[in-house]
Amino acid sequence: MSKRRRNIEIALDPLDRAIINRLQDDLPLVPEPFALISSQLGCSTEALLERIERLLSAGALTRFGPFYDAAAMGGAYCLCAMAVPEICFDEIAEIVNGFDQVAHNYARDHLFNMWFVLATETEAGIAEAAKAIEAATGITVLLFPKEEEFFIGFKVAA
Amino acid sequence: MTTLTADEQKLIVATQAGLPIVARPFAEIAARLAICEADVVDGFDRLRKRGVLRRIAAAPNHYALGLTANGMTVWDVDDRHVSELGREIGALEFVTHCYRRPRALPDWPYNLFAMVHGHSRDEVEAKRKRVAEILGVSCRACDILYSTRILKKTGLRLSSSGG
Repeated sequence: MSKRRRNIEIALDPLDRAIINRLQDDLPLVPEPFALISSQLGCSTEALLERIERLLSAGALTRFGPFYDAAAMGGAYCLCAMAVPEICFDEIAEIVNGFDQVAHNYARDHLFNMWFVLATETEAGIAEAAKAIEAATGITVLLFPKEEEFFIGFKVAA
Repeated sequence: MTTLTADEQKLIVATQAGLPIVARPFAEIAARLAICEADVVDGFDRLRKRGVLRRIAAAPNHYALGLTANGMTVWDVDDRHVSELGREIGALEFVTHCYRRPRALPDWPYNLFAMVHGHSRDEVEAKRKRVAEILGVSCRACDILYSTRILKKTGLRLSSSGG
């Protein structure tokens, strides 16, 4: 996904917005789930599928599909932070992003200016990946595993 | 944690990049895996009941929706009240994720993280104020970290060999 697509607001009409809002809720587990949704939205199934493809290719949606819980599969997630000197920030970002275990990585304006999520197939993989990143960058990785999860209202209004 | 069967593992690997955008998506996955549509639907249903499948849904690009201000608000909340208050903060409609995490003293005194999105930093600041009001005197210190760049964004990838 290019930076250009990520950071530019995309023109959306009311049907696009209705689709984005509806699709953030769980898809019904029926053979023709999009037919059900299109009837709720008052458009044809073909029009809905076309719009979803367009929203994906325009970058308004980053993906559409199942969200699996890594922990429930025996895997693990962990939020991590590093304080990276500004002068070598891009270089370090490239090294960190090069690790397959790094699922997301965000620059933030703080002393701890690089925040990434490690996703590994085993719990032990988190510490291993963090150690490998420390060895590759020479920068301490702080680990912030979730100790308690409160209600996740993942939806945003389009 | 739950053990996956070989069939469940195959279903996850086949769909973790996304669902086909077609009228009968489960039939299409079934055809790829050489199983029947009902097996796919039942497989997802079982995974959902066990909490492995959280939902089948779209991930919006917040920037494209005009939600360009993304602030990770962090709070040092009294351990005796953090669980109760965390539930309250997590239930706010503008908080998309809310977690209790360990502190990393002395540099990082914060144990409650709440992600707040808005169309502008002013909007995020107003929302942050509402969080501060709820936390009240139980909060000893707070900060906000705005994201300035997305450096990488992919999902979890389960390898096809299993794990």
